[in-house]
Amino acid sequence: MTVDSYAFLPRAFRPMYEAAPRFDHAPVWADFGKPLADARIGLLSSAGIFLPAEQEPFDVERERREPTWGDPTLRVIPNDVTQSQIDATHLHINTADLLTDMNVALPIDRLNDLADKNVIGSVSPEHFSVMGFQQEGAEVWRTTTGPEIVARCHAVDIDALILAPA
Amino acid sequence: MLARVVEAAGIPTITVTMMPELAQKYRSSRVLGVEFPFGHSFGVVGDAEMQTRTLQAALDLLATATKPETRVDLDTVWPGDPKQAYKDWQPSEPSPIVKHNLEAIRKARRDGASHDS
Repeated sequence: MTVDSYAFLPRAFRPMYEAAPRFDHAPVWADFGKPLADARIGLLSSAGIFLPAEQEPFDVERERREPTWGDPTLRVIPNDVTQSQIDATHLHINTADLLTDMNVALPIDRLNDLADKNVIGSVSPEHFSVMGFQQEGAEVWRTTTGPEIVARCHAVDIDALILAPA
Repeated sequence: MLARVVEAAGIPTITVTMMPELAQKYRSSRVLGVEFPFGHSFGVVGDAEMQTRTLQAALDLLATATKPETRVDLDTVWPGDPKQAYKDWQPSEPSPIVKHNLEAIRKARRDGASHDS
């Protein structure tokens, strides 16, 4: 089947996305040079997940005051996290389902299942969480949050990263 | 955007998205399209089989794609009533940017109406 990119989008938003131009930057490419069964895989979600016991929530109060701004900072989620340890702040989606089962947005348990079955070599000891609404904060993603994720990926020898925009 | 930063640093990325057309506009390297409600990139609450199938498709794309801008669409239909799913993924109140834009549209209409009169 061909996925309809607008199937679940409010109709009023559709023209804005359809009219968005194709970027004229050249695509980037990194070869995946090893068998899956030897690879270490990490995850990234933009669903606004954080660990309330040790991390600040994403700053949605500032977003309420400044609607064109979204909190562009990073939260690191350890691979051994449990469902009861997470919370989420996001003003653009209903987070109830992922607060029941984080695997709908950040499938840590499923990735560990696949490592147990030797489908992949191993799971990254840490995963990454951001908050997906970015307009004025987007430059910080490019200059600060992105490089921070890269440095952490290198530090834990991630071979590939699966990103899931919420 | 984050995928591009990570990929440029030599780490392969796969983007699992409800809006593959938009990811293609960003010229993402590997795109797995899913026709799922927002906030549910991998499937339904409690459905480990569905979540695993989505994740496996992302890994298969990683293992098989040989060139930039490769898009594969997942052949999975969201179970249940799509109208209910459409309602359920949305926040309880419009996001600040939506409120902000609606106010701007209403203001433009009011200004237009006053000019017409």
